[in-house]
Amino acid sequence: MNAVLSTILKRLGLGIATLFVVSAIIFSSISMLPGDFSEAVLGQAATEETVAAFRKELGLDKPAPIRYFEWVGSVLQGDLGTSFSGRNASGQDRSRQVVDLVMPRLWNTLFLAGVTALIAVPLALFLGLTAALYRNTAYDRVVNAATLTTISTPEFFVAYILILFLASLWPVFPSLANIDATTALGERLYRVALPALTLTLVIVAHMMRMTRAAIINLLASPYIEMARLKGASRSQIILKHALPNAWAPIATVIAFNLAYLVVGVVVVEVVFVYPGIGQLMVDAVTSRDIPVVQACALIFAATYILLNLTADIIGIVTNPRLLHPR
Amino acid sequence: MTDPSRPSTTASGDILLKMRDIRIDGYSDEQWHPIIKGVDLTLRRGEIMGLIGESGAGKSTLGKAAMGYTQPGCKLIGGSILFDGIDLAKASDRQKRHLWGTRIAYVAQSAAASFNPAHRLIDQTVEAATRRGIRPDAESRTDAVELFRALQLPDPETIGNRYPHQVSGGQLQRVMTAMAMSPRPDLIIFDEPTTALDVTTQVEVLASMRKIVEEFNTAAIYITHDLAVVAQMADFIQVLRYGEEVEEAPTQQMLTRPEQPYTKSLWSVRALEKPEVKGDDIVLSIDNVDAAYGPLKVLHDVSIKLPRGRTVAVVGESGSGKSTTARVMTGLLPPLSGTVTFNGEVLPAALKDRSKDQLQRIQMIYQMADTAMNPRQTVEDIIGRPLEFYLGLKGKEREERILELLEMIELDETFMDRLPSELSGGQKQRICIARALAARPDVIICDEVTSALDQIVQEGILKLLLRLQQKYNITYLFITHDIATVKAISDEIVVMFEGKVVEQGLKSEILSPPFPDYTKLLLSSVPEMDPDWLTNLLQNRDI
Repeated sequence: MNAVLSTILKRLGLGIATLFVVSAIIFSSISMLPGDFSEAVLGQAATEETVAAFRKELGLDKPAPIRYFEWVGSVLQGDLGTSFSGRNASGQDRSRQVVDLVMPRLWNTLFLAGVTALIAVPLALFLGLTAALYRNTAYDRVVNAATLTTISTPEFFVAYILILFLASLWPVFPSLANIDATTALGERLYRVALPALTLTLVIVAHMMRMTRAAIINLLASPYIEMARLKGASRSQIILKHALPNAWAPIATVIAFNLAYLVVGVVVVEVVFVYPGIGQLMVDAVTSRDIPVVQACALIFAATYILLNLTADIIGIVTNPRLLHPR
Repeated sequence: MTDPSRPSTTASGDILLKMRDIRIDGYSDEQWHPIIKGVDLTLRRGEIMGLIGESGAGKSTLGKAAMGYTQPGCKLIGGSILFDGIDLAKASDRQKRHLWGTRIAYVAQSAAASFNPAHRLIDQTVEAATRRGIRPDAESRTDAVELFRALQLPDPETIGNRYPHQVSGGQLQRVMTAMAMSPRPDLIIFDEPTTALDVTTQVEVLASMRKIVEEFNTAAIYITHDLAVVAQMADFIQVLRYGEEVEEAPTQQMLTRPEQPYTKSLWSVRALEKPEVKGDDIVLSIDNVDAAYGPLKVLHDVSIKLPRGRTVAVVGESGSGKSTTARVMTGLLPPLSGTVTFNGEVLPAALKDRSKDQLQRIQMIYQMADTAMNPRQTVEDIIGRPLEFYLGLKGKEREERILELLEMIELDETFMDRLPSELSGGQKQRICIARALAARPDVIICDEVTSALDQIVQEGILKLLLRLQQKYNITYLFITHDIATVKAISDEIVVMFEGKVVEQGLKSEILSPPFPDYTKLLLSSVPEMDPDWLTNLLQNRDI
């Protein structure tokens, strides 16, 4: 048990180290973006003195390494900084804390991701297991072909098709998913139905096919033949004898897709005008709002690392060789 | 088979299993061809039938067919399998499922691969009995502990709580026997259950399996290629070859008076024995060698001397350091300390520091001829390579030498253009021998070269090696775990145990008393062709 705990702690430590490396990459790549915020706000006509003063006020005049360590230091204290937008040359400061900008958006994204995951993960597991159970039957082929179709179609196209059928021709769901902090839970669920459905169609195929492959891969093992010769039925073989040995690869692909739900949904957000973190980041990049861009990028990186870590841990705790060493 | 003179071993004696004219086809190379060609088999309650034959004889396929099961890629195309009045050849999957694991049980060859790594042993042991509601789960668990005890497993109360990777191969094989026995089946199929075990472990497993089958008067089909093993277990023996029955008889009769030439040839293989010759001219020796893989030390102060033109057999169980010794000699694994001396000259420890001439003098032949050859090279390329590399032969000279070598290994020039995949197991091993010979070596290290081969093929290879030794005065270091092979080929024997040399000496000295404890255990564990061998051994050992 202690060996497992120390492995998990090691992975966690590695994850944190990765996050630091990623933060450096984020910072340096954003520094390399052409143009800067002060010029974007003040316009071409601004005098060099005004620009310099404005840059000084934002702290952009300091050398990059110092700015990086200041940023990392304040992030470690839970302070993501202050947004650049809302400032202008007049000296009047209506700027907001990055946390206040990002958190509601992040919450919205997590809500959509959570709803999608609740539909997509059980659905993918169910389809994958049944496809493995009835492999090479008509059912298997239909499921494979259908999921392959949805994964091969661009997601904005899937989104517009769904809008056409479920919002326009048969108006079951709204085509706009605009929610805010005051929207009640039931109403929220109703409004995110179409984006959640779109995302489900996009991610189910990958998870389903991996589940099917992982199970079928195990069906040639001698212990599966043994289970058959002990009189186990097909479903018992798949659920009891194959699935417990297949969790590691399945967890990895689920983690990958869940991470995509957080960091890759900007297209779907744009189509349904959903106020998620993807849109926020795109807007911030356009307006050179560096603190917001950095915060979003850092959140995305942390999401990936955290979900992969979870998949690793599932791989460890479902492997009796690691969990119960000799 | 329904011979009325056949003695019934039990009081009940009624027929449990009656297989008639079984025909099974297998699919390979994109076509179906016959694997079992009309075999009959009859088994009464409480009897044990031994099925023996070489690989490819179809014994495992026939054994599984007794359950009404054919593995993927095989199909039953004819015959009837009457198990207690039910024709399994016609039964539905559902009917068969209700019999499997309850009235007919299966014990597989590789216990390590046949236990599900994700579940505890006890859960797997009681699975079938609990599923069919033979008795309440709690009772099955208590019963399983009793079976573990009866099978002499250590810590019977708690061993079931372990996972498969936490117990040894011999223990797993016994747990699998307990698993088969748990629902108290009428019939158990043992499919080479001790083949993967070391000889000292095999004895214990055999003894416990026999005891429990006798105790519950269970009928069994015991599949093996080892005659001596089947002699200990079976009441009757059926010999199979190429999917056909060769002959069948009660065990005692089969051992003493086999009728068919094929059966006789199987028996005679074990009689091969080379007269030993003492040798004093030491060609290769390793002295006081310690070696390790990373932090794991596997050889402790090992010294072995090879006299010129003689065969030194290294025997021991898996993990005793036999192959590591070979790796040190060839320079593949530089030792931590100690030296390798060849013709009185100390060789560099590492392969890369040895000269071409030094490399040429020591050649190696491996257990798996399959993986020791490049599958895309023809026989000509494989044998020709050392001729070019060591001797610089080209063109006509090279070709003539290849033909000479093929002749030496009793193959003709038609083999020149063949690929390894077009050769049989024995032919592949012959090509590997020719490749080693091509370098004109003084010493050939043979690492389990006959272990993967059938007995008759083994005999051919061993005879070939002996003939080559006489003709060219080659020295062999012959690594094996099989005592029959040792008797057949060696002049001297080295016994290894846990990385140490237990003893080295002439064959006659090592194989006659007094024995050190380990040698005694090893030699006494080798099954003999006497049905009472195991019984006598157990009485003498007081297990």
